[in-house]
Amino acid sequence: MAGTSHRLSFERPIYELEARLEKLEAKPQQTPEVRNEIRRLRRELIELKKKIYGHLKPWQTVEVARHPDRPMTTDYLELVFDEFIELHGDKCFGDDRAIRTGWAKLDTYRVMVVGHQKGRTLQERSTCNYGFAHPEGYRKAIGKMRLAAKFHMPVICLIDTGGAHPGIGAEERGQAQVIANSMFEMSRLPTPIICVVIGEGGSGGALGIGVGDRVSMLEHAYYSVISPEGCAGILWKSHTFKEQAAEALKMTSKDLLKLGVVDDVIREPLGGAHRDHHRMASKLKLHLRNYLRELVGRPIDQLLQERYEKFRRMGVFLESAGPEQQAPAEQPQQPEAEKAAQPVAVDL
Amino acid sequence: MMKRAKRGVPEGLWMRCPGCQQTIFRKEAEKRLGVCPECDYHWYVPARERIRQVLDEGTFEEWDEYLEPTDPLSFVDKKPYCERLKEEQERTGLRDAALVGTGMIRARRVAFGVTDSSFIMGSMGSVVGEKLTRTVERATEEQLPLIIISGSGGGARMHEGMLSLMQMAKVSAALARFDSAGGLFISVLTNPTMGGVAASFASLGDVVFAEPKALIGFAGPRTIKATIRIELPKGFQTSEFLLEHGFVDRIVCRRDLKSEIARTIDYCGK
Repeated sequence: MAGTSHRLSFERPIYELEARLEKLEAKPQQTPEVRNEIRRLRRELIELKKKIYGHLKPWQTVEVARHPDRPMTTDYLELVFDEFIELHGDKCFGDDRAIRTGWAKLDTYRVMVVGHQKGRTLQERSTCNYGFAHPEGYRKAIGKMRLAAKFHMPVICLIDTGGAHPGIGAEERGQAQVIANSMFEMSRLPTPIICVVIGEGGSGGALGIGVGDRVSMLEHAYYSVISPEGCAGILWKSHTFKEQAAEALKMTSKDLLKLGVVDDVIREPLGGAHRDHHRMASKLKLHLRNYLRELVGRPIDQLLQERYEKFRRMGVFLESAGPEQQAPAEQPQQPEAEKAAQPVAVDL
Repeated sequence: MMKRAKRGVPEGLWMRCPGCQQTIFRKEAEKRLGVCPECDYHWYVPARERIRQVLDEGTFEEWDEYLEPTDPLSFVDKKPYCERLKEEQERTGLRDAALVGTGMIRARRVAFGVTDSSFIMGSMGSVVGEKLTRTVERATEEQLPLIIISGSGGGARMHEGMLSLMQMAKVSAALARFDSAGGLFISVLTNPTMGGVAASFASLGDVVFAEPKALIGFAGPRTIKATIRIELPKGFQTSEFLLEHGFVDRIVCRRDLKSEIARTIDYCGK
């Protein structure tokens, strides 16, 4: 992005090279040597970005995911969707600006978009509380999702939050209860739900709008049970261990794809989504369109059954038959196959 | 570093109540199910003891006893998670933080789960999530009332990363099916019930009970203090606070818990 004010320390070589390139390009007299040099530097720049972004450490991924120039929900609303009609309010307490909800059009699909909004300018950031939603935000989200389901509209959730807001008002208004209720209702909402972690996937605050038929992540987003700082504070007793914590928590898209927590990783433009909003948006759009095609029109019973099974499979544990059959047992078990064979409870 | 106070009723004839700091005769406390005779403070009760207190004698039949945690992320903080697990297992005699099964409450058959806040803070990893989910599913199939007593200061267990967070969705989804099938879920919140446990099954009861003066909430008091940098009001995030704000149906003393559960089951005709 032009006019980048926020520079990540590991991106420094990129900025230096860009500065050199810019200087050359600005030269009024473009001799053949200068033009050759420009071409060489451009190639070098691409290689450099590939090198740096191909090997991001988990903590660096967190920094990219939090980059203030990274496209946010409102950017995607503008670039991916043809129209967005915001619907405000939870019909109970207020209108939380940390979560935006409304009708939108993507090609011929009418959808409900629900997304965290962090804000870019200082003023906007304080209005949306940096994307940390309160209970009324989650209540609004689930309310609009129900509205969508009633009129057979698919739901698209764009996840980008450091977490649900920890504060007095949030506790008074039942932060724990609304998040629990969101997952509870989303798991049985009779319409397709597509979730994409576009930046930060901060714990319960992310999962509160994260139960869907498809859950994917942008390449340099992260999704974690706790922020690396929080984890370091608790387990290492010091925030300075955030890099170790980020490593240990396995929060990157690559790790989570391996663990089966996300279905898909959407590649970002070279050097991260913050460098090219348009290209990122078109990739996201392609991805959403494919999922909509796949899911819209699928019988609701099947959709809900598959959604249930998707989350039912998550978790890794050992299971032995007990002391009398001490046999080989004790093997890590993805209870997938075993569960698929079992009758799954009573349906709706 | 400050040494953390030991949980539970310590060895010895006398003990100090963490609530009122009085010295209490241990036998007396035990007779009162771990409730301080002076100030009514509800002490920590281990999961097995809780089963003895709530279920009719000898009726508990454990389910999925042999589920054991493993270390899918090879997680290492100050010590490896696999070592931590072994230590916790030896210390508590539990395989993980939850016990589940079936039993009778005043001759009413129920599906029953309890989390023990002394096993890695009672946090929910894959095993706790799987055990509870299977219990909910069995309760759905067998049309049993479901009782889950939560004691978890840890929420979702960090050491299993996102797999822990996903347990919240997994159990909640199972509860949604149980709900759609008309099942009765009584959730009992005890000290402490926080984070990912509070933000999933613990809050989803058709009827929510809380033991007096328990710490219950989403974000830990320390996290909130660090974020907003003001003193928290007195009684913040207690059972009484939740009752006042409308998130708990009844505050129930430990000695009444059994009859309150039985009565609720009867009212719902289950």
